[in-house]
Amino acid sequence: MSTFGAIAKNIGLAMAGKNPWGGKSDSSDGPSGSGGGSDSDSGGSEKPKGPRNPWLPGSGGGGGEEPRRSANIEDIFKKRGPEGPRKGGGGPGGPNFQFPQRPGGKSWLPVAIGVVALAWVGTTSIHFVQPKEQGVVTTLGKFSRTFNPGTNWTLPAPFESVYIENVSEVRAFRIPEGSEGEKLILTGDQNLVNLSYLIRWNINDLSLYKFRLAKPIETVKQAAEAAMRSAVAEKTLDDTFSGEGRAQIEERVRTRMQAILDGYKAGITVQGVEIDKTDPPEQVSDAFKDVSAAEQDADAARNRSRGVAQQILAAAEGETAAFDKVYEQYRLAPEVTRQRLYYETMERVLSQTDKTIVETNGVTTYLPLPEIRKRAQAAPPASPPAAVEGQ
Amino acid sequence: MTNIWESHKLSIIAVGLALIGLMSSMVVIPEEEQAVVVRTGNPVRVINRFQPDVPFGETGAGVVLRIPLVEQVIRIDKRVLDLDMSQQQVLSSDQQRLLVDAYARFRIIDPVQMVESAGTTDGVRLQLEPILNSVLRQELGRRTFAAMLTAERGDAMSNITSKLDDQARRYGAQVIDVRIKQTDLPTGAPLAAAFTRMETDREREARTIRAQGQRDARIIRAEADAEAARIYAESFGKDPGFYDFYRAMQSYDKTFAQGEDQGESSIILSPDNEYLRQFRGRR
Repeated sequence: MSTFGAIAKNIGLAMAGKNPWGGKSDSSDGPSGSGGGSDSDSGGSEKPKGPRNPWLPGSGGGGGEEPRRSANIEDIFKKRGPEGPRKGGGGPGGPNFQFPQRPGGKSWLPVAIGVVALAWVGTTSIHFVQPKEQGVVTTLGKFSRTFNPGTNWTLPAPFESVYIENVSEVRAFRIPEGSEGEKLILTGDQNLVNLSYLIRWNINDLSLYKFRLAKPIETVKQAAEAAMRSAVAEKTLDDTFSGEGRAQIEERVRTRMQAILDGYKAGITVQGVEIDKTDPPEQVSDAFKDVSAAEQDADAARNRSRGVAQQILAAAEGETAAFDKVYEQYRLAPEVTRQRLYYETMERVLSQTDKTIVETNGVTTYLPLPEIRKRAQAAPPASPPAAVEGQ
Repeated sequence: MTNIWESHKLSIIAVGLALIGLMSSMVVIPEEEQAVVVRTGNPVRVINRFQPDVPFGETGAGVVLRIPLVEQVIRIDKRVLDLDMSQQQVLSSDQQRLLVDAYARFRIIDPVQMVESAGTTDGVRLQLEPILNSVLRQELGRRTFAAMLTAERGDAMSNITSKLDDQARRYGAQVIDVRIKQTDLPTGAPLAAAFTRMETDREREARTIRAQGQRDARIIRAEADAEAARIYAESFGKDPGFYDFYRAMQSYDKTFAQGEDQGESSIILSPDNEYLRQFRGRR
């Protein structure tokens, strides 16, 4: 450890003056040296074998007593690596690596060329096309054929190139992208609606898709927007909120988009359009909520009324049913029933009230009028004789 | 390696030169592109020109020979290109403003003319954009606001397309179609006014709904009352005289009964009273 420290110091000194990398390697020598001290002994001992540092003057090594004093390139790299000094110096992969001799003593060159050629053909002329995919082959830029699923062969790379794309996969995108953000669309009655929708599409003709459109995905999106705007502009705001109106919009957008894309010969099929949100704009959503609150209120008022109505009808039915029962009996014996009812009622009534019987003919009766009046103040006086005599 | 080099020096150099020559005289024009070959400034031929009904593979794409150094190949996109218009404010015939965002799709059908007039496809875009703007404004400005919203339906878009196409032909381009991508109310007063209108519209609706609820409630009660009256009449009408008596009995019961919240009653009776008819034991 201590010897290494001395070496490092020497190197540092030597490089500080003359080595153009000195400044940097000087600073990194310290920590890396102490970090991997145990490894660096072997590295240190191998140092003189490596090539000399070309920037050092020839006399630097010729100082005599210390050959170690001159740093060489390999040393520097050994110590500067991020993993610290490397183990084992050159090793088999190092600069002195040589192929093992081929048995016949011939050159390895043809073998190497053969391997490279095989790899070239192997990686660029065999194409595995999955069942969902389609491929388009161009021979030096010219369209030559399409691929079907399975294993397909082409000429190697620069001569034929292949473009494989999943065609039956249904792709989808949402407008507006992401869940946040308002996309206000003008409806036919000049209201605004915040709408988000999903477009599903796939490629039906890969060669058209690849060769006809400069920006296919962009094109689909723009066609979707144009179709959606025009479909919504044909509807009123309330239509866009209703399920039926939405279904109509979806269908119109789909057919219109398909027509637009067919006009471009885009090789794209629009699978479906799904509106997943139609909301009133944020600024007026309170007013819209109030409408649904009003609907609730109106329903509540109706319900209350229905309750009261049931009560009224039930009371009527009950009362008439009672009357009917009594009347049935009355009809069997009118006079007797009538008398009985009369007396029973009088009994009940008179038993609960104060009674005064006034003999007529010249009898002066003292009436406790103040008391009666006092009582009468609480409740308006009835006119009992008249009431009773009314019968 | 060195042996081969030493013994075949000349032939290797010759092969190398031949290769370089071949490479520089061969140009690959892919299916997506068309090209104009320019010889000392003059366009001499077009490769892989757009033809609407020729299937891919027969249009002339692929390897093309040229004279190196003398002939220059200008590549031009053959596909459908887009021209995205910046958002424009359009004034309708009834003086309302609308922000319109449109796009056009075009392709280069006459590459030579394009190269001579606009240079590149971006040059074509630059030339066409102001034309699209003005055509759009002219065409939509003749319509009312409501008609502008549904411009896609009428002949506006086909007019715009054909007008733009006329201009585009000068640059060797063909306009396939023009579409309105977006129509928006300008922010500020028009947007605020629209919101206010929507809000008041909903307020009206809410009021109407509540009032309808009240009306329905009233009607339901009245119907019940009417039905109850019918039930009473049907039942009591069988014998009005008896009903009068029966109801009077109930009424006395209720009026004179002692109970909470009811005043005490005193009754002064005359012996001639009907109830006291038997009181004196006459008859």
